[in-house]
Amino acid sequence: MTKLTYEDLERIRDKAGKSIALRLGGADTFITVHMGTCGIAAGAREVMKALLEAVSVSGRDGIQVTAGGCMGKCATEPNVSVTIAGSQPVVYQQMNAEKMQKVFQAHVLEGRVQAEFVLS
Amino acid sequence: MRELSLHILDLVENALTAGADRIAVRVEESTAADRLSIGVRDNGRGMPEEKIRHLEDPFVTTRKTRRVGLGLSLLAAAAKRCDGDLAVTTQPGRGTSVRADFRRSHIDLAPMGDIAATIGVVLSANPDVDFTYTHRVDEQHLTLNTRELNSELEGRALSDPTVLHHLTVAIRRSLKNLTSGTTNRSSPREGKYDKTDL
Repeated sequence: MTKLTYEDLERIRDKAGKSIALRLGGADTFITVHMGTCGIAAGAREVMKALLEAVSVSGRDGIQVTAGGCMGKCATEPNVSVTIAGSQPVVYQQMNAEKMQKVFQAHVLEGRVQAEFVLS
Repeated sequence: MRELSLHILDLVENALTAGADRIAVRVEESTAADRLSIGVRDNGRGMPEEKIRHLEDPFVTTRKTRRVGLGLSLLAAAAKRCDGDLAVTTQPGRGTSVRADFRRSHIDLAPMGDIAATIGVVLSANPDVDFTYTHRVDEQHLTLNTRELNSELEGRALSDPTVLHHLTVAIRRSLKNLTSGTTNRSSPREGKYDKTDL
């Protein structure tokens, strides 16, 4: 039988380290990957994966990533909404892992909305 | 859907939309019986009887019934295409159980795909949900239980991206051990050639 052992867990915990408690304080940036059936079929999981990796690599606090439902724009999936406290929400369309990394870097980290990917 | 693990993600998202906080995913593969089944059971709000009757028909559903529209009809079609079927049982207020069954060696069966990514994505957005994953291949099985993980990781740590990254790596490694030595379903083409070994 194969099972995730406690040794695995301990390794994970050690690697993740002490940053955990700090990072989950008050979030000021909310990113939603829309994951209805349409989004999933269009590749939302890979977008979500890329986003989680980017957040992890950045080490930035205050970012909350959630999975949303279908927003009714199935043809433009995968859609990603980015809301930074104090500004209007921005919805990106037809995302993929590469675009997600670009949006994360430019919009979330540097504050520059990536107009070319925005849902219009 | 290109991967069975995407169907699983879809079913789990359904469960979450139904307000479930306890979700059990079970994948069972049997070489001897040549079957593969996927089960997702939740404690969400369930569905009224009349929706059940229509859930394999994508055209009956409207946005209001979106929760049981597209996703389940796609899964039902995938199962039927592979000499299988879809079974849904539900109790309003108690929860829903969905089970899709396939002939494992069927040429049209989609590959399992990246189940670790599916789990990672689910846990990242829903750290408080009590989630179990069991994957059985013949005599071997893998289990994952977020309640155990949480007690080990202390609190909401599961939603931390770094934790998730290492968790998905661990799941991938465990699944690799699980499936090695049996007919590999990771690629339909490989599966086809494996049959000549029997």
